[in-house]
Amino acid sequence: MKLIACVNHVPDTAAKINVAAGGTSIDKNGVNFVINPYDEFAVEECLRLKEKNGGEVVAVSVGSDAHKETLRKALAMGADKAVLLKTDDDRDSFGIASALAGYIKEQSPDLVLFGKQSVDGDDAAVGGMVAELLGLPSVTVVVGLAIDGSSVTAEREIEGGKETVKASLPCVITAQKGLNEPRYPSLKGIMGAKSKPIEERPAATVPARVQVVGMKKPAAKAAGKIVGTDATAVPELVRLLHEEAKVI
Amino acid sequence: MAQFQGVDYFMIDGLLSEEERMVRATVRSFVDDEVLPIIEKHYRDGTFPMPLVGKMAELGLFGTTLPAKYGCAEMNNVAYGLVMQELERGDSGVRSFASVQSGLVMYPIYAFGSEEQKDRWLPALAKGEKIGCFGLTEPDYGSNPGGMVTRAERKDGGYLLNGAKMWITNGTLADIAVVWAKLEGEVRGFLVEKGTKGYTAPEMKGKHSLRASVTSELVFQDCWIPESNILPNIKGLKGPLMCLSQARYGIAWGAVGSAMATYDAALNYAKSRIQFGKPIASFQLIQEKLVHMLNEITKGQLLALQLGRLKDAGTVKFTQISLAKRNNVHHALEIARMAREILGANGILDEYPVMRHANNLESVKTYEGTHEMHTLILGEDITGIAAFH
Repeated sequence: MKLIACVNHVPDTAAKINVAAGGTSIDKNGVNFVINPYDEFAVEECLRLKEKNGGEVVAVSVGSDAHKETLRKALAMGADKAVLLKTDDDRDSFGIASALAGYIKEQSPDLVLFGKQSVDGDDAAVGGMVAELLGLPSVTVVVGLAIDGSSVTAEREIEGGKETVKASLPCVITAQKGLNEPRYPSLKGIMGAKSKPIEERPAATVPARVQVVGMKKPAAKAAGKIVGTDATAVPELVRLLHEEAKVI
Repeated sequence: MAQFQGVDYFMIDGLLSEEERMVRATVRSFVDDEVLPIIEKHYRDGTFPMPLVGKMAELGLFGTTLPAKYGCAEMNNVAYGLVMQELERGDSGVRSFASVQSGLVMYPIYAFGSEEQKDRWLPALAKGEKIGCFGLTEPDYGSNPGGMVTRAERKDGGYLLNGAKMWITNGTLADIAVVWAKLEGEVRGFLVEKGTKGYTAPEMKGKHSLRASVTSELVFQDCWIPESNILPNIKGLKGPLMCLSQARYGIAWGAVGSAMATYDAALNYAKSRIQFGKPIASFQLIQEKLVHMLNEITKGQLLALQLGRLKDAGTVKFTQISLAKRNNVHHALEIARMAREILGANGILDEYPVMRHANNLESVKTYEGTHEMHTLILGEDITGIAAFH
């Protein structure tokens, strides 16, 4: 099987994020970047499918040279090769999806996996866009996956339950937490990644369709209010929850 | 609990390669996910967490610096040091297991063994299928190993081994013991296999320290060692001392990990513990302690890193390893005790890692060369006068 895992290089979820001067992007200084956590599920699933069915796993990312660190992590986990579709611009989802679609079309893989969303922009858009651009079926927010010949059965999370769907290969899957438990890159894997190639190509350019016009941090939370410390405070608490907070 | 983010006040990460940082990230996640959730129970029960052995092997944490042809990762010494740092952030006993397997068993077999010995043992030890231990210290010979009384006697086709070793990490668990004994007055290394007639390895009980680690005696009574099990390529006390340099190197890094764990616990506690209407972190006496801890961790990190770079360059002196082991363990223990003070009564509970680390470090300060012996080694080096002869 030819398997492609699309990976993004995003700020560590524990990083403290500040808005950069200009107010339309984040300040990347001093921020630790990591592989998008949901993309780790995508890479892991590709590796498991390869271990079961044979084939090749290619990790692809759209971005600057900094993304090579994330690609090397995918290689250290066990991907066979990596491709950086290089661009130094901060792109909108369509710009990223267009660059990926061009590359993926040329490769004709059996399966393309994404994380269900990147934890930077949180658009959850690129996977679906790529499927649409390629005219492929897409199944999103997947927590279970089985391949049978030329069809795929996927279990996906829906509000309040789960749904099982079928699609034909090739198709695009976006991975949700629970699909698998990603492996740690082993020390041998990390050493082995050094000899695996990272192919660089310019990312195909399309005009941006969405432009960020402003970015700001949420307002600081106001201090909590202590209504009382014993049972006599309950009526007042209920009144506030009902009238002020409007949650009951 | 929030994921541990490391301590890096001096941007030391910038001195590490991407690979070195990736190794640390792997072991850090492993410790968070696999070690910390189970370690307090093992410590309480006085048992070594055996399920970790296969997992550590899979990640490549045994014999990290040895060649790939034996199934090892063939990484540099800094990467190995970072493995030790992160493991000891979990527990000194878990780090000890990996230290012994790598530095005291795989290293001497690799450095002093025959090709047959290397081929037979190194891949199995790397995979964690076999566990090793190292027998040098005796009940009456600790800081002065040259006085050892364990003896080997040459016989047709092999040797008869008699004597006893003590304070042996992994002894009872081990499939293979690297044992140092005098043969015709000269120290030699022997591979003693589990099940050999006349060889027993009873576990030592009653420890208040390193409770998640197995410590044993090794007893040899007319124990038959075939010729094929002597380490052919080393004679004299230099052999075990070279092994100890490997292990002490790992301890210099490991101690930094332990100090990071207790500092992190103390810092988080101080920021959330309210007394007199405000967090105790707002009091000068607490801040002074926290700053001292951070200060010593930062110095220890730089010491360990430069030590690793020297080791990778092949120019490190054993006295430099002594200085780093001596300094880093001393301050790790001091930091653990300060953390205990900051946590107040909570500091003695196993809800926090602090008392476990403090207790462990009492052993770490003594084993692999006591703090005092390292002082005298350095004293001799700078004055030219040995104080212990």
